[in-house]
Amino acid sequence: MTSERPIRVLVAKPGLDGHDRGAKIVARALRDAGMEVVYTGIRQTPEMIAEAALQEDVDAVGLSILSGAHLELFPRVIAALKERGIGPDDVLLIAGGIIPDDDIPVLKAMGFKGVFGPGADTREIVDFVRKNVGQAVG
Amino acid sequence: MADTSELVDRLLAGDRRALARVLSLVENDTPAGREALRVLYPRGGRAHTIGITGPTGSGKSTLAACLGQEFRRRGRTVGIVAVDPTSPLSHGAILGDRIRMQELASDTEVFVRSMASRGGLGGLAPATAEVVAVLDAAGKDVIIIETVGAGQDEVEIAGSAMTTIVVVPPSSGDDIQAMKAGIIEIADILVVNKADLPGASAAAIHLESLAGFAPPEARAAPVLCTVATRAEGISALADATEEHRAYLESSGRLAPHLRGRARAQVLSALRQAVEERVLASKDGRLEAAVQAVYERRIDPRSAAMALLGEP
Repeated sequence: MTSERPIRVLVAKPGLDGHDRGAKIVARALRDAGMEVVYTGIRQTPEMIAEAALQEDVDAVGLSILSGAHLELFPRVIAALKERGIGPDDVLLIAGGIIPDDDIPVLKAMGFKGVFGPGADTREIVDFVRKNVGQAVG
Repeated sequence: MADTSELVDRLLAGDRRALARVLSLVENDTPAGREALRVLYPRGGRAHTIGITGPTGSGKSTLAACLGQEFRRRGRTVGIVAVDPTSPLSHGAILGDRIRMQELASDTEVFVRSMASRGGLGGLAPATAEVVAVLDAAGKDVIIIETVGAGQDEVEIAGSAMTTIVVVPPSSGDDIQAMKAGIIEIADILVVNKADLPGASAAAIHLESLAGFAPPEARAAPVLCTVATRAEGISALADATEEHRAYLESSGRLAPHLRGRARAQVLSALRQAVEERVLASKDGRLEAAVQAVYERRIDPRSAAMALLGEP
């Protein structure tokens, strides 16, 4: 049963980035890998993202920020998820965008299992999601 | 896996996360989902189900969001089920209806669920009716069902929802002509959205004139103009949906409509159950029948009847 169930992923952009080309490319790659991708568009508040993750019961949440506000906004998304009873063990957290190398360990400590910057191969992202989405669903 | 009855209890107590989990279990047709539905189905039946269908780009999602907000202003709780197409090649899907529903995101009394069509060809997903039944049991007063972009033939929504809204963009009479024999026919309410664009009033007049061809006993679908991006005409649309439900009740048409829906759901479940039973029995009779049809020794219907043990 589990193998037939499509993986559901939320792709969201917190903050004020004006464009979402990278996020759309990732969403498209995940779709082409057979996943169901809920895409919410740009300028999302942490609460909007957490509420969408809750209602859509997604297996993974991918966040993308280009502006450099990731250390500011990503923790607020994690807090908004926790407020709704969704911890890092309940959903696979993935970070993307323009993220300096020094910040990667900080994000991993926050609960982001994967961090993908510019130049990441979409196949790598697909494989990562497939490998890391929990088996205990459904 | 969380215990199903505990999950159902949490859902009935208003836990949104439990609702989301049950919707997944039901959508994926798991044993736990079937058990949850067995308990929950008898608890529903109060919600006003409203279908929104129409061509791609006509503004269904924006309209669904506006209508949801309007019902919230009227004190109702709202569920929205938005269906987007599954790729026939990868079986993946981009579910993008939430992009147009941002204003609802901060209201926890609105529950929006995106569904991929997963092979459903009527504009809905195979489990849309079950997902709606769960939202109904969860106590949503109004449930808005948005179909995939539909043209002439995706009329399944009319059997699923109490009130069907067909949305058309402003366009020439010829375009409406092309839709006339399809989704226009199932409309309880016709909406010309994007009515700030040229052609809207002509489209509305054209739609109204179509009502003249309807049989006299049919209720003419009112034609409304909206600009969903500016929330114009939404209050009138909400009024029209409530008037339609009141009409169904006062005219005695609601009960036959709901009985018809129940019948369709039972027959659909029956087809699925028969298929599952045949697929589950691994005695090789199915493969033998397939081979016989392939070699044209027997026709498909006779092979199916033989599998059912009938002459």
